[in-house]
Amino acid sequence: MSGPTPPTTGAVVELTGGAVAIAGRPILRGIDLVVRSGEFVALMGANGSGKSTLVRALTGLHPLAAGSLWLFGTPYDDFHDWRRVGYVPQRGSAASGIPASVWEVVASGRLTHRPLFRPLGRADRAAISDALEVVGLADRATDGVSTLSGGQQQRVLIARALAGQPELFFLDEPTAGVDLPNQQMLADSLSILSGRGATIVLVAHELGPMAPLIDRAVVMRDGRITYDGPPLTHEQVHRADHADLAMVHVDHVDHGHHHDEPARHDHAPHVAAPLDGPERGSSR
Amino acid sequence: MSDYLHLLNMQFMQRALIAALFTGLAAPVVGTYLVQRRLALMGDGIGHVAVTGVALGLLTGVSPVWAAVLVSVLGAILIEVIRERGHANGDVALALLFYGGLAGGVLITGLAGQSGARLQTYLFGSITTMSITDVLVTMALAGVVVLLGIGLAPQLFAVAQDQEFARVAGLNIRVYNVLVAVLAAVSVSVAMRTVGLLLVSALMVVPVATAQQLTRSFRGTLLAAMVLGAVAAVGGLLVSAAAPDGTTVAPGPAIVLLALACFTVSWPVGIWLRSRQRLRRPFPVVAAAAHQAVDTDEHPHEHGDDCGHVAVPHGDHVDYVHDGHRHAPHGRHYDEH
Repeated sequence: MSGPTPPTTGAVVELTGGAVAIAGRPILRGIDLVVRSGEFVALMGANGSGKSTLVRALTGLHPLAAGSLWLFGTPYDDFHDWRRVGYVPQRGSAASGIPASVWEVVASGRLTHRPLFRPLGRADRAAISDALEVVGLADRATDGVSTLSGGQQQRVLIARALAGQPELFFLDEPTAGVDLPNQQMLADSLSILSGRGATIVLVAHELGPMAPLIDRAVVMRDGRITYDGPPLTHEQVHRADHADLAMVHVDHVDHGHHHDEPARHDHAPHVAAPLDGPERGSSR
Repeated sequence: MSDYLHLLNMQFMQRALIAALFTGLAAPVVGTYLVQRRLALMGDGIGHVAVTGVALGLLTGVSPVWAAVLVSVLGAILIEVIRERGHANGDVALALLFYGGLAGGVLITGLAGQSGARLQTYLFGSITTMSITDVLVTMALAGVVVLLGIGLAPQLFAVAQDQEFARVAGLNIRVYNVLVAVLAAVSVSVAMRTVGLLLVSALMVVPVATAQQLTRSFRGTLLAAMVLGAVAAVGGLLVSAAAPDGTTVAPGPAIVLLALACFTVSWPVGIWLRSRQRLRRPFPVVAAAAHQAVDTDEHPHEHGDDCGHVAVPHGDHVDYVHDGHRHAPHGRHYDEH
């Protein structure tokens, strides 16, 4: 399981035998995931299934307890080319204690390209306006971020990742709590990105308008991958031959009390789920 | 009046004015990053720790300013470490250091055989007794704070705004967190002679709170806070110098109260600006729900740019809001939305 394995050719992300423990409690185990260049992968599953934890492990925010992670064919420990990676964290708001304009928040996405003590160059400004254009917020550039709606703030966070012109995007539940028109705008932005050849790993509870964009679905349950294959339609999800996926939804109803915590605190539900759920066979 | 000008021409007064200007410019720079992290009281915590530093300086015969810089930098790093390890208990970490710092300072001052009055010059400031060396040290340290605070603004902004994003962008967030803590400690030591350790935090935070009532951008807030800080520091000093004979107006409290007065003025303006902005925020465009047409006979008023009703963009037209409903002119009638 551990030890450097040669990377799959064309793999942008490769995790082999990955396990994550938070504060000594095992959350994820036995994760094998390969994402190839240009793919649009949706990480799905109920709250507490470990999908957010997995994406945080892939970005290095959670250290791996076991397994090896390769990004762009480089072992994680030797990987420093962070300008190739864009991350949209799971956050309800883009605001902080000080007013900040939409443009300023998006501009902070250029950090990976800026040497210390240097002002923004022409290329930086062009990338920032392009990012604002893609998410459809160019006309709100000078507005304060806190005056925007939740869905618009989520688009600001996507534009921030976009401004760094990465090849690989990790998006953690960008549509959580976002109204339908804004979900459509998000989907349109992601479609533009995907069309430009970006690799996208999206964590989502429900796909909504993004469903047609997905190349591949990975379904998680109890800290393991239970399905990895072509995207599933809504009808397939409820058909018996995808029992695993159906289980995910049944479980979500049955064990609703585990998921009462606000979605942002994804630690607590994760701790409970793997120890509580009925023991299942290894991932197929 | 000529007495006042004469006073302003005195060397000690000019040294004090220079020190006030530099302190007023530097303190809000760090304050902005502290407020952005919702750690407005961190300056206060470090100020209390610096009391122990001053007392150690008095005890050992080292310059109290440098002892305060050293101890408050250590205290700031300690706060940062406790905050990082203890997650949400940042305020508890601050409280521990508040009391530890103050109690230690008073105890050690006693051990050093110094009077409380000596310590009080550091607690509440003594800007008019600064030597040339003091002023040079103040200028140098304030310069470093402003240079780093503005030069590294993109990085510091990103780390304070969203730590996880900054980490994935490859920034060493611990280095920047500690840098902010150290800059805060340095600003505290700089402002110690101007407004005193117990009021330091006010000069760091109040100008920022004032500025953000009126600004929409981070850059605007930072620059406006620096200007307000400088105005309050210099203005407060001039006010205290203008006090008539026989009354004593201490410069430190005068500076802080002037800064608070600025806030008191800007606050209602900020409330008005925000409510105005909220009323004019565009209505969301939703697929046409059935709307009701109102004939101009029933509604003889003609809406326009300056009709006095709040005009709010709504998709491709403008809605006018009055008496709890909104509608848009459409041909010869109004569409209720």
